[in-house]
Amino acid sequence: MKNKKNSDDKRNFISIFYEELSNSSLTIIILSIISGFIMGGILVILTSPEVYKAFGTSFLSGISTSWKIVANTYSSLFLGALGDPAKIGAAIQSGDSALIQKAFTPFLESLVVTTPYLFTGVAVALGFRAGLFNIGAEGQVLVGAIAAGWAGWTFTGLSPWIHVPLAMLVGALAGGLWGFVPGFLKVRTGAHEVITTIMMNYVAYYLIYYLISSPLRDPNEVTPKTPWILDSAHLYRFFPEPIRFHLGFFIAIAVAILVWFILFKTTWGFEIRSVGLNPNASKYAGMNITLVTVAAMALSGAIAGMAGASEILGVTWRQSQALASGYGFDSIALALLAQNHPLGVILTALLFGLLRSGSRVMQLRAGTPIYIINILQSFIILFIAAPAIIRTIYRLKKQSVKEVSTSTISFSAKK
Amino acid sequence: MPPILELKGITKRFPGVLANDHIDIKLEKGEILALLGENGAGKTTLMNILYGLYKPDEGEIFINGAKVEISSPIDAIRSGIGMVHQHFMLIPVFTVTENVMLGEEYTRPGGFLDRNKAADRIRELSETYKLNVNPDDLVENLPVGLQQRVEIIKLLFRNADILIMDEPTAVLTPQEVDELFNILKKLVEKGKSIIFITHKLREVMECADRIEVIRSGKVVGATTPAEASPEKLATMMVGREVDLITDKKPGDLRETVLTVDKLCVRDFHSHVVVDDVTFELHGGEILGIAGVQGNGQTELVRALTGLKTPFSGKIIISEKDVSRSSPRRITELGSAHIPEDRQKDGLILASSIAENLVLNTYFHRPFSNGIILERLAIDENANELVRKFDIRTPGIKTLVHSLSGGNQQKVIIAREFSRPIKLLIASQPTRGLDVGSIEYIHSRIIEKRDEGCAVLLVSTELDEIMQLSDRIAVMFRGKIITIVKANAVTKEELGLIMAGVTPTINKKKIENTQAREIIT
Amino acid sequence: METPMQNEKIKIILNYLSNYRQHIPGVFFILVALFIKLVLTKSIEPEALTTFSTNINHTAIQIPNWVFNTRFALDLIAGLCAGLGLYQIIRGFKKGISSIIGAIGGLVVLGFLVWGASGTSISFTGMLAVMVIRSVPITIGALAGILSERAGIVNIAIEGMMIAGAFAGAVIGSILGLWAGILAAILIGALLGLVHAVLSIKYKVDQIISGTMINIFSTGLTSYLFIKFLQDSQNQWLNESGFFKPYAIPLLSKIPVIGPIFFDHNLFIYAMYFLVILLSIALFKTKWGLRHRSVGEHPKAADTLGVNVFRTRYLACVLSGMVAGFGGAYFSLGSVGRFEQTMTAGRGFIALAAMIFGNWNPLGALQAGMLFGFAESLTTKLSLLQFPIPAEVLLMLPYIITMVVLAGVVGRSRGPAADGIPYEKESL
Repeated sequence: MKNKKNSDDKRNFISIFYEELSNSSLTIIILSIISGFIMGGILVILTSPEVYKAFGTSFLSGISTSWKIVANTYSSLFLGALGDPAKIGAAIQSGDSALIQKAFTPFLESLVVTTPYLFTGVAVALGFRAGLFNIGAEGQVLVGAIAAGWAGWTFTGLSPWIHVPLAMLVGALAGGLWGFVPGFLKVRTGAHEVITTIMMNYVAYYLIYYLISSPLRDPNEVTPKTPWILDSAHLYRFFPEPIRFHLGFFIAIAVAILVWFILFKTTWGFEIRSVGLNPNASKYAGMNITLVTVAAMALSGAIAGMAGASEILGVTWRQSQALASGYGFDSIALALLAQNHPLGVILTALLFGLLRSGSRVMQLRAGTPIYIINILQSFIILFIAAPAIIRTIYRLKKQSVKEVSTSTISFSAKK
Repeated sequence: MPPILELKGITKRFPGVLANDHIDIKLEKGEILALLGENGAGKTTLMNILYGLYKPDEGEIFINGAKVEISSPIDAIRSGIGMVHQHFMLIPVFTVTENVMLGEEYTRPGGFLDRNKAADRIRELSETYKLNVNPDDLVENLPVGLQQRVEIIKLLFRNADILIMDEPTAVLTPQEVDELFNILKKLVEKGKSIIFITHKLREVMECADRIEVIRSGKVVGATTPAEASPEKLATMMVGREVDLITDKKPGDLRETVLTVDKLCVRDFHSHVVVDDVTFELHGGEILGIAGVQGNGQTELVRALTGLKTPFSGKIIISEKDVSRSSPRRITELGSAHIPEDRQKDGLILASSIAENLVLNTYFHRPFSNGIILERLAIDENANELVRKFDIRTPGIKTLVHSLSGGNQQKVIIAREFSRPIKLLIASQPTRGLDVGSIEYIHSRIIEKRDEGCAVLLVSTELDEIMQLSDRIAVMFRGKIITIVKANAVTKEELGLIMAGVTPTINKKKIENTQAREIIT
Repeated sequence: METPMQNEKIKIILNYLSNYRQHIPGVFFILVALFIKLVLTKSIEPEALTTFSTNINHTAIQIPNWVFNTRFALDLIAGLCAGLGLYQIIRGFKKGISSIIGAIGGLVVLGFLVWGASGTSISFTGMLAVMVIRSVPITIGALAGILSERAGIVNIAIEGMMIAGAFAGAVIGSILGLWAGILAAILIGALLGLVHAVLSIKYKVDQIISGTMINIFSTGLTSYLFIKFLQDSQNQWLNESGFFKPYAIPLLSKIPVIGPIFFDHNLFIYAMYFLVILLSIALFKTKWGLRHRSVGEHPKAADTLGVNVFRTRYLACVLSGMVAGFGGAYFSLGSVGRFEQTMTAGRGFIALAAMIFGNWNPLGALQAGMLFGFAESLTTKLSLLQFPIPAEVLLMLPYIITMVVLAGVVGRSRGPAADGIPYEKESL
């Protein structure tokens, strides 16, 4: 602690990061996550017929069966997300690079799943900071993907140095447009962005459905699919097949840091935060709240659009009918968990990415459906949004100052 | 006979504050008892306890000598207590009948409302007490004075014997106040008993039978209008000698800073709310805009600060036409604002003091280079202003919403006064503050005037206007009725003009002052 | 210097322009009329005929099909649109504008139908009967929204409550029968409503966040349980509830055209009518309704008059959940006969839009629900007609209409004043 005070002048990145995070009641966050897992475990126990059978024989065997099932579920979740520690250890000892890559594959795959979460989480967090509830990340991801894909297969003969940024930009622009419309409607007509972004999600959904099934369809395919994007539009993959870990992850981290910098270090970020907390006073102080609101919403949409772009340029290389990704709603949970802090989003996106990626292995190995992670997420939101519940459960002291969490933003239906 | 209402040893603590400290009060049947105290003295808390909205920590309540337990408004209503709140508790989209019978509905079998029966009862009450209320009107279409009578009917409808009026005159014109006093007298004649809460000395002297003065949560004295004088009451209320007249040297007039020419502003429904307003404001003077709330002052200020585009007319600040300029451009021309609603318009409550202090200068050096914020400069500025303006706070990172009202207002004053300004537009700068803060803010405003700043003071408190202004403009229904020298007019005359009456006896005098206006 | 005359003129012009909120819809209506007249009519032969067949079953009294000249019908529709547009520009429809926009939407759609069916025949009655069916979840969802929002609680969890209701309905319906299924759906809705109430009233969680949480939770839970138990072929009996069969109301169903459209359906459709009427009366004619609405408008005022704000709001949330759960049961017990993972398909959100469109009024919600139902019914119809516009584009229409309505009407329609604002007793 003393050290920190001495080096206060040259506060490095880590210490700022630490300070910002501990300001945002870290304890509550960690307890919320733990409690979410506990609730998930309870649900797994309640829905396992084996447990009831075991309780039928004896109480103790019931308890031990319950424990076994939960342990199996969560351990396969983490094995799936992080990889098998034993294998990793063995691979490192053997020094065989192919083996090492194989052992780290699950973790790298989790980072692949984390990437879109990073983008959408930052997008939603930015919206919240500007007082906007962007439920439209889902649609923004979709249009971002299709637009980036279109740029990816349409422009031929480009160097990757140009093609990739161009395709990302096109995706961002499409997502930005999808964010701009609700922002514009809000400031111009007072239409609430919660409803309009939801509507925009459905419009995006049917639009993509239409685009893939006729104008942008690959004529050689039986089922509706777009053409493959060109090699020059591929986001760089760091490892040979089948590891898909790609450059998008680092772009996403860079975006998170950039948004953090904008929000807390620049005048424009000051305006965004002020408008988000009190649009009236911001207007009085001479800020252009119309511009700030629309721009923040468009930027939020653009970042979400980049999520779609990085998926199609880095992972799928084409768009097929599999559409509803769930990233939109998950990212609300994720942003709340990060207290709408872009750097916090890096951690929570990683958590959600690990969960999502591990859940597939969990479903295979433990037979627990992947949807358990939705339930975990909903409980985590619950505990984060109502810290009083956590305080009661864990008998924490009540904070003397009134709690100011994300829910201080008021989303009344009208202006 | 025991008193109709007696409070014994009422005590209420809020975190960090002793709002009521062993208060004893008696109310006799058929009298008007004035409860006098400044803002924050604990009057409203006490009445909320009596009405069952707060639970007292200690103390007992007796009605007609019998001890009662009041833990909710229902208990209060059952015990015959009714309250007219400072902010009316009426539902704008409901009719008078619906508002009045809510909670005490007349029904037909099956829970169906019997609106006719309730309306008949309201008509009857309205006639008995000469209230002139039509039960079928929508409340949102009624003028404020009538809305208040709807509130009174609500109490009568519930057969309340004890009526509590919480700051009932704040929103009324002097004439409406007189009408209200007549109604109160009528109520007392018919056997009702009234507690009248206020911080205005004039009203106490005029309508009360007895006066109890409250200060810092304690009863500090009882008297009657016959025995008391305004000076004595003020001293009791504040606890020390108060200068009812602020010291002020005559102003030193300079060049014109603000010119408003034939300004018209329309509201959302395209009603004219500021109607053909013309005036000039010079450096080194304070122009007070007097008027009852809702006569276009708010919209005038919104137009002058660039928040609302005027419908027609011109606003010129320092020879630049700003009629259609953004708020940013207007502040950049050297204009400062103290907004009417400090929490809504003046501050970002969930932000730190330091950030609030640069809310309209953050884009200037040294606080930023236009893009990147300079934290060190922002913090330094905050430390300096906190010291200079005596803002009581644990630190500059403290969130503004944890400060007291007076300190919140000081944050705004510090922010606005620390810039080089030529024009100050102050809207209700002391609303809801205690006397200490009021004195501080008044002296700061006069200081600015003496430095040569032009000040536009908008206030509904006549006393404030009279004390600070060099000239006074009265607004009524969107128009500026007249502009007079502050020393050429009495409070009573102003009161009449505020009500839209141009008194014939004084017409000549006003015309004279107007003529003088044109010459200067 | 401007002369006073000029000044007056400028004032008049400004005055005119400042009424753009009135004029823009009018101009838009006239553009619509021009579109119908100039674009649609152009491709039609002067003597082409359109047939609307009116008989879909044999219970009702049979009447002849409607056959008419396509061009004439289109001209008539264009004329109506233009007339409404002119009236809007000159006088303005003021409060009724949202229903007028709805009517224009209806006319446009009718125009497309007449145009698309030129030279062939479409089952007009059948389409409207489908409209009524499709409007059920939207209208009932909107009623659920009205119940909570009229008491000041925003409920965006209707979607989640519906999916939970659909699931509970299907499973309990399979085990204990259809009626038990309905009961289970209502109960699960009530439970979720209670959760929403506790979070938003007791813990003062932002109501949209609480609603989002419930949505994620119930979508997750139903999918989890579906995959864990219902996918197994051994457990198929748990997801075979079947559905309520249509019941033609005697006499009423015999009325030509009207009968088959409105009175030859299953339980859920009749329940929808009943709920609309019940809520209209309860909200506006009873003591309960007066108190309920007062809490949504000005909770402090209600509190000072002895209305228990918290209890009213709790009850509102629970009732809202019950109605939403019942509406959800429609998907399994009223339509498909089993549970499927994505069967609500965002109807809960559309219901919110219908609630706003219907101005927080039960009857308005019914109208809006019918409008959205019509759009859905139209899509299926038009894809059969080999319509030149792709079905996906038509499917987008209800959402786009919702946005247009929100953007254009929200300034006029007015929700409960205290909607979404937590009530704090000690803050007086």
